[in-house]
Amino acid sequence: MKIGIRTRQGVTILEPKGKITIGAGDIALRDSVIEALDSGARKILINLKDVSTIDSSGIGELVAAYTTVTNRGGRLKLVGLPPKVSDILQITQLVTVFEVMDTEEEAVDSF
Amino acid sequence: MSRAESQFHLALCSKFENIELVQVVLDESLRRLECDEDTRYWVGIAVREAVANAIKHGNLQDPGKKVEIELRVDGEDLVIRVLDEGHGFDPGRVADPLAPENLLKPDGRGIFYMGKFMDGVEYRFRDGGGTEVTLRKRIVAGVASPERNHEEGER
Repeated sequence: MKIGIRTRQGVTILEPKGKITIGAGDIALRDSVIEALDSGARKILINLKDVSTIDSSGIGELVAAYTTVTNRGGRLKLVGLPPKVSDILQITQLVTVFEVMDTEEEAVDSF
Repeated sequence: MSRAESQFHLALCSKFENIELVQVVLDESLRRLECDEDTRYWVGIAVREAVANAIKHGNLQDPGKKVEIELRVDGEDLVIRVLDEGHGFDPGRVADPLAPENLLKPDGRGIFYMGKFMDGVEYRFRDGGGTEVTLRKRIVAGVASPERNHEEGER
């Protein structure tokens, strides 16, 4: 799994591609969020449009990212959920935790 | 549908990268059984969780310990068994990941995933050690969505 990083209007956008799963993608996601925080980012948007699979460890890392960013005074939002990733967030009831936006433009403007 | 040719039995060392191997073999097997894309996806997710649990919690990531994965067809049910060499656990003591106090915990969702995406999950703890998880999924046409269990209020 690869994670692209870019900024738009002061928002750091992380773009994981592929699987966020145990032993690989989950760690990469954690590292990229911490790296963004350490470099001063406090408005973080994770664009999941290119994520094909997210297992329970991947979901766990999203939750950990949310709490880590919040605890460090930042905000983390999600955008671009593929239907199956959206299903998983519904089933795990994490849609009640995350701010999920429909478009990247809307998400960036909402910070 | 070629049921006999779709069955498999794998024995793998306890490394997370082997989950990808299981996924490939499983997906091909489910294709041969003419399972639709959604079924292949959700069964794949559930089996990944079972194998990940076996590697992480059962065999404690000891590469010298084996995880076995077996797929067979029983009537209209897909039956997948995942066996490890661990000391077992009490499924009744696994916390509910939907409880408000657990919602922000980073772990504890693997068993929940299996229950949601399969039609049945059973555990057996073998004498002398080892956990056996049996996952069942009805593979008649049109049964695929994880929302099926969700809507029925199971688990």
